[in-house]
Amino acid sequence: MIFFRLILVNLLRHKIRTFISIAGIAFSVAAMLTVVTVLEGAVGMFSSILSSGSELIVFERNVSDLFFSDVPQSAKDAIAGWAMVSHADPVLFGVVSSADHPIITCFGVTGEDARIRNATWVSGTADNFQRGGNLVVLGERAAEFLGASTGNDVPIGHGMFHVAGIIRTHNGFEDGGVFMPIEEAQKFFHKEGSSVITIKLRNKEDAAAFKAQVHRQYPNLIALEDAEFSRSYSQFKILKATAWAVGGCGLALGGLGVANTMIMSVFTRIREIAILRVNGFANGQIAATIFGESAIVAVAGGLAGLAIGAMALYALKEVPALHGYVDVTIHPLLMLIVVLLALLTGLAGALYPAAYAMRIKAVEALRFE
Amino acid sequence: MTAPAQFAQAPVVIRASQVWKSYDEGSISVLNGIDLEVHKGEAIALCGPSGCGKSTLLHLVGGLDEPTRGTVLVDGKKLGRSRDMVQFLRHEVGFIFQLHNLIPDLTMEENCLLPAVAAGTTHAAALSRLHELAEHTGLKHRLKHRIQKLSGGERQRTAICRALMNRPNILLADEPTGSLDEKASSSVFDLLLDLAHTEGVTLLMATHDRGLAAACDRVLEMHDGRIRTDR
Repeated sequence: MIFFRLILVNLLRHKIRTFISIAGIAFSVAAMLTVVTVLEGAVGMFSSILSSGSELIVFERNVSDLFFSDVPQSAKDAIAGWAMVSHADPVLFGVVSSADHPIITCFGVTGEDARIRNATWVSGTADNFQRGGNLVVLGERAAEFLGASTGNDVPIGHGMFHVAGIIRTHNGFEDGGVFMPIEEAQKFFHKEGSSVITIKLRNKEDAAAFKAQVHRQYPNLIALEDAEFSRSYSQFKILKATAWAVGGCGLALGGLGVANTMIMSVFTRIREIAILRVNGFANGQIAATIFGESAIVAVAGGLAGLAIGAMALYALKEVPALHGYVDVTIHPLLMLIVVLLALLTGLAGALYPAAYAMRIKAVEALRFE
Repeated sequence: MTAPAQFAQAPVVIRASQVWKSYDEGSISVLNGIDLEVHKGEAIALCGPSGCGKSTLLHLVGGLDEPTRGTVLVDGKKLGRSRDMVQFLRHEVGFIFQLHNLIPDLTMEENCLLPAVAAGTTHAAALSRLHELAEHTGLKHRLKHRIQKLSGGERQRTAICRALMNRPNILLADEPTGSLDEKASSSVFDLLLDLAHTEGVTLLMATHDRGLAAACDRVLEMHDGRIRTDR
C-alpha cells in the first residue's frame, strides 16, 4: 500500500506533467483505435461483399487487385456445373463516375446473386433487375447522392441508365454502389468474363477438393475460402499493415512522452531515490516505483484513449460523407491489444529512467540539492 | 583509541583500520589513515570543523561509500562488494541526517514505514513497531500528518523513528541537531541518546555542538581527515 502511495505521490506531485503524459498516450491510443477500427471495418465490409452467400472465391491467380482479375465466362459455366457446387455467381467489379462523384463502385451481378436476392428493396423489385437491359439498381446511399429514384434515368460514366430499383444493405460499399446486370457491366467495362466467381458448395467439407480441382483444371485461377482470402489478399494486408503502422507511430510518440516524463521524474527526485536506497530499497524496488508510475500513466492513458477513440468513431459514423462506410464495432480483443501496447510502450519509456535511477549512488545523491 | 571502562568488555562492532578516502584521483584527500574501534552500545560523538571528514567517515561505516584504502569491518565482516549491502542497510544500520531527508508528500507514518516496506516486514508488525517508537518520541498524535505540517524538531524525531524502524545495531547520525534551535536541539539529542541506550544501539554521531557531544560516552576530535583526540 505504501509502495503504491509512493508511486502515486510522485504522479500527483506534478499533476500537469502527469496529465500531459496521460493525454499523450490517450490520443495515441485513440488514433490507433480509430485508424485500425476504420480500416478493419473497411476490410470487413469488402470481405463481406465477397462472401455474401458464398464460402469460396475464385479469381485470377497473382493479381494484386481484384479489379484487375479476369475469370473467363467458360470457366464460370464449367465450375457451375460441378456436382459439389450449389451456386456459382460471377461478380464483375468496376469503378464508374457521375458528375459530382468521381468514384462509385459498380457491381456486375446476375439476378440470382445473393446481393440482389437478400437485399431489402426500398423501391422496385428483383424481377425488374432480372429482365436485364440498360438498367441499374442503386444502393440506398448511392440513390441519395445521385438524387435518383426508381424509374429515373441517371447518367453514369459515358452512358444513361434506367433506375430499376433501390436496395438497402448493411454494407457501406454496397449501399453506396451501383448494381448492373452482368451482361451490361461486361459491355460497359469491355470485359468478357467476371472479376471473381463466388461459390457456394453443397457440402462445406468439399472446400479442399474444390480448391484442388480448380488448381488442376484452371492453373491461372485460384480458389480461396473467404477467411483464407481475407488473410492473404495483399490489398487487405497492406491496409491492415498501414493501420497498425500509423497507430504504432502514434503510440511510439506517446511512449516518448512517457519516457520524457519519467526522465524528468527521476531527475527531479534524485535525492529522494537516494533516501529510499539508504532506507534499504533494492535496485529492483526502486525500478519498480519508476515502472509503476509509467504503468499507471500508460493504463490511464490507454483507458482514456479507448473512450476518446470510441467517441471519435461514433462522430465519424455520423459524418454524412462516411455514412455506411464506418463500422464502429470495436472488438474487445482490439481494445485489449491497444491497452497492452500502451502499457508496453509506457514500460519501454521507463526503461532508461529506471536504469538511471538504479545507478544513482546514495552518497553522491545526498550531496545533491 | 580506547573505549570507556564500561564498554571495554563489549564486543567491537565497528573497526576501521588505516582508512583513507580521496576524490578526483587523489587530488582531494578527505580521510588520512583513520583507525577506530567502536564497542557495542557506545555513543560516540565525532567533532571537528567542517570538511574534516566526519560525514565521510559515517558514510564509509554505513556502507554508502568505499574507502580508497584500508578496511571497515562491521560485526567482524568487511564492508564492500562481497557483502549484501542492501541487507546491511535494511537491518544493520540506521541513518539520521541534518536535513531529516523525509519524503514531504507522505505522512509521518508512511515515511517511518519505508524501511519496513523495503525489508518486506508485515504491515501489522511494522505498525506495531512504529507505534512503539512514536510513543517513545511523543509523536503518536502526528502519525497521519504530512511532513510539511510538522515542526523541525518533530521532523527530526520522525527521522529517528524511521532510522530505528528495523531495529538496527548501529545508528549513524550526521549533524542530527544541526538545523534545529537550541531547545529543539537539546530535546532531540536527549531522545536520541535515550533511545540508543534503550534499544541497545551503538551510536556514531557527527556534531558541531560540543555541549551535546560531552553527553556521549566518547568524543573523537577530527582534523584534516585524522582523529586527533579520543576522550
